[in-house]
Amino acid sequence: MPAVSMTVNGNPVKGDADARTLLVQYLRETLRLTGTHVGCDTSQCGACVVDVNGKAVKSCTMFAWQAEGASVTTIEGLANGATLHPMQEAFRDNHGLQCGFCTPGMIMTAVDMVKRKGHDLDDKTIREELEGNICRCTGYHNIVKAIAAGAKAMA
Amino acid sequence: MSATGIGAAVRRKEDFRFITGKGQYTDDISRPGQTYIHFVRSPHAHAKIRKIDNAAAKAMPGVVAVLTGADLANDKIGNLICGWAITSKDGTPMKMSAHPAIANVKACHVGDAVAVVIAETLGQAKDAGEKLVVDYEVLPAVADPAKAQAAGAPLIHDVAPNNTIYQWHLGDQKATDAAFKAANHVTKLDIINNRLVPNAIEPRAALADYDSGTDSLTLWNTSQNPHVARLVIAAFVGMAPEHKLRVIAPDVGGGFGSKIFIYPEEVVCLWAARKVNRPVKWNSDRSEAFLTDAHGRDHVTHAEMAFDAEGKITALRAKTIANLGAYMSTFSSSVPTYLYATLLSGQYGIANIYCEVDAVYTNTVPVDAYRGAGRPEATFVVERLVEVGAREMSMDPADLRKKNFVKSFPHQTPVIMAYDAGDYAASLKKAQEIADVKGFGKRKRDSARNGKLRGLGYSTYIEACGIAPSQAVGSLGAGVGLWESAEVRVNPTGSVEVLTGSHSHGQGHETTFAQLVAGRLGIPIENISIVHGDTDKVQFGMGTYGSRSGAVGMTAIVKALDKVEAKAKKVAAFMLEAAEGDIEFKDGKFTVAGTDKAAAWGDVALNAYIAHKFTGAELEPGLKEGAFYDPTNFTFPAGCHICELEIDPETGNTEIMGWTAVDDFGVIINPMIVEGQVHGGIAQGVGQALFEGTVYDKDGQLVNGSYMDYAMPRADYLPSFKIDTTETRCPSNPLGIKGCGEAGAIAAPAAVMNAITDALGTEDIAMPATPAAVWRTLQKVNTSRPAAA
Repeated sequence: MPAVSMTVNGNPVKGDADARTLLVQYLRETLRLTGTHVGCDTSQCGACVVDVNGKAVKSCTMFAWQAEGASVTTIEGLANGATLHPMQEAFRDNHGLQCGFCTPGMIMTAVDMVKRKGHDLDDKTIREELEGNICRCTGYHNIVKAIAAGAKAMA
Repeated sequence: MSATGIGAAVRRKEDFRFITGKGQYTDDISRPGQTYIHFVRSPHAHAKIRKIDNAAAKAMPGVVAVLTGADLANDKIGNLICGWAITSKDGTPMKMSAHPAIANVKACHVGDAVAVVIAETLGQAKDAGEKLVVDYEVLPAVADPAKAQAAGAPLIHDVAPNNTIYQWHLGDQKATDAAFKAANHVTKLDIINNRLVPNAIEPRAALADYDSGTDSLTLWNTSQNPHVARLVIAAFVGMAPEHKLRVIAPDVGGGFGSKIFIYPEEVVCLWAARKVNRPVKWNSDRSEAFLTDAHGRDHVTHAEMAFDAEGKITALRAKTIANLGAYMSTFSSSVPTYLYATLLSGQYGIANIYCEVDAVYTNTVPVDAYRGAGRPEATFVVERLVEVGAREMSMDPADLRKKNFVKSFPHQTPVIMAYDAGDYAASLKKAQEIADVKGFGKRKRDSARNGKLRGLGYSTYIEACGIAPSQAVGSLGAGVGLWESAEVRVNPTGSVEVLTGSHSHGQGHETTFAQLVAGRLGIPIENISIVHGDTDKVQFGMGTYGSRSGAVGMTAIVKALDKVEAKAKKVAAFMLEAAEGDIEFKDGKFTVAGTDKAAAWGDVALNAYIAHKFTGAELEPGLKEGAFYDPTNFTFPAGCHICELEIDPETGNTEIMGWTAVDDFGVIINPMIVEGQVHGGIAQGVGQALFEGTVYDKDGQLVNGSYMDYAMPRADYLPSFKIDTTETRCPSNPLGIKGCGEAGAIAAPAAVMNAITDALGTEDIAMPATPAAVWRTLQKVNTSRPAAA
């Protein structure tokens, strides 16, 4: 199996991946970064969202070898040491999660949303931007609140 | 109220690991040397298995084993069972078919497993699965419950002629028919309660490990009730003795009922792990989940409501066909019977109720409890009948409800349940105020000016939670008792571990249960940990479903805390050289009445363990107590939801403009968590009403088995919700809790459909009211209903 190299959460990593290994499998199984989740097989649920070279990407939709040389940030790399990222704090403060399974993808998407749309996000924008992330627990109400608060806190 | 005790909106203790990616879900766990299992599943809804040729599959790279239903039978692995016995009205028992974990003779639904491949990697297992040759004899299939009993319908199991599992009834038929004869007005509805796929975002998973040194098995799985899984797999499937089987349900990513049941995959993983003497891992993909997770609802009902001249409801009768799918899942039989017909009185005093239920087999995925389980179906019947009755009699739907509300308690319905407390008019009134029902007429006119149709719908629901006194459910056929257990372990330093038989998979027990203990013992919430989900750590418990963990699970903790406090007072009495009866305990401090002598909680805990102040003859060392709590009644959460929506007649698209929920859950431990539970429940209920519907074609193929095809509610399909509460204490448990987990899913579908039919001016539309369905209905009635209100 060919080895694939990339930078994940600031650390250079190298691991074997065959041609059909998805990025999410590489992260979860080769690197044992299990915070990135898989909730579907049609790129709909968004539980697997990570940041690849500054863009939110569903890591179930690209092969590991396609990320050769890339810089990848996963949910495990979002906090600054013991200091949580403001979006992580906002999800906790606003009860933006219940079972926690979709949460890593939601938070990664939310951070990307703020990068693209700014810090003053209205409900409609947030809801539209969450089109690619499914949550079955929260009814989205508190996720929307959390993202609006997190966006402000990131300013 | 203390900052972290009962009633405080404490941030969740469990969240840190989830927001940092450190949750430990089943698929996050790996064992050294693990293999991967792939299930080869029938592509046919109904087919005899003539022959399986596994030679080519076995020769594929990395393959460890290929196993079939014949191997399972040879190893004498038992069938899966349904644990609730229902008796038909003619006195005969329900017709439960055999349910092998791997089909041996024939496959009965698309997705029924016919073989498994175990390999070094998942890719190799799947590749080898492609090489397995299964010779099927395809048989005619039936998927529609309304057609399953017809003459000439394909017979699925010999044990059940006409595919009929039972023909059950409840209530007094004669008295009900007589009340209908005397009625001033009768409202009639044909209702399809659409089939749903639960779709917890974490797919089911299992990891089985066999220890040949001790001949014992460990199963990590996505379970809402690991002890019940262990019991069934040990005692009925016969996999291993109960004490040689450990079941661990770690972090579980949502359940909604679908992770209560004991499924073929976990049985097969355990069996295979012992057979290949290596760990075996399975993780469902989403397509597989659509084909194997127990589905929900799927009722076909004709229902009628009788009114007298004043609008008093005098009787209700219903005839329901319930689709249980290809096999009877673990609690499937109870859902359309004792969890359904017993709630047909709604919030109303109805003297006469009669309900008949035929449960049928079809060539579809098994159907079992899904959030609400029977109660959403009952609520939909009652609340649609009341709303339509009001329209037919030209009465205000809220006034008609008020006229019929149960107003004095306890109230015995004609269908088993004894409502213990409630104030239905209070929640209706509060909801009307918050929703500004008075201003609806103006809003409707404004919508009409914009070419839109606006509607408003009520749902005043009731549910029975806590499930419930063991003796009562035993008399109704349950194979288990429905109590709950707790153990409170006080450590020598005064920190506390609570071992609970409840299981949290999103509900926040690590926080709410700790709030209860913190308030009671006067210790910081950080000094308390909640342990659940591991049969080796926790005493036998019943798990979490039916909104029971507050009312039943927490009451077990209260009982254990009572014992801990009593023992701690004895220890304090020795320490403070006082009579036990003079010891008082408050805010984490033991004092002697009338003196300034005191001992802190931590000192008493330490003294319980160092045991220097008393002899073993006087008092046992240690501070750890357990309790089992069996409830004395169901609990009866109730409330009023109001949905206001707008339909674009050009596209048929429905937009929810406002949602108001006023619920009476009794005493609330953490309002933040309760609101979250209500939000999620409403979203699932709105999903059922507007988006979700499981479609089988006539040959039993699942047509919409992915997120590309099955419409999950998304953020931009839903509004923000206005949530409030009223409170009547539940008299049957010491905390006064009723439960909140299912209310939204129970209330919401009727509120949406009452609003949609209000907007459309016709009752002729079924769930899910998709834009296409709404548009078609509008073309039929050919109306654009200008400003009428």
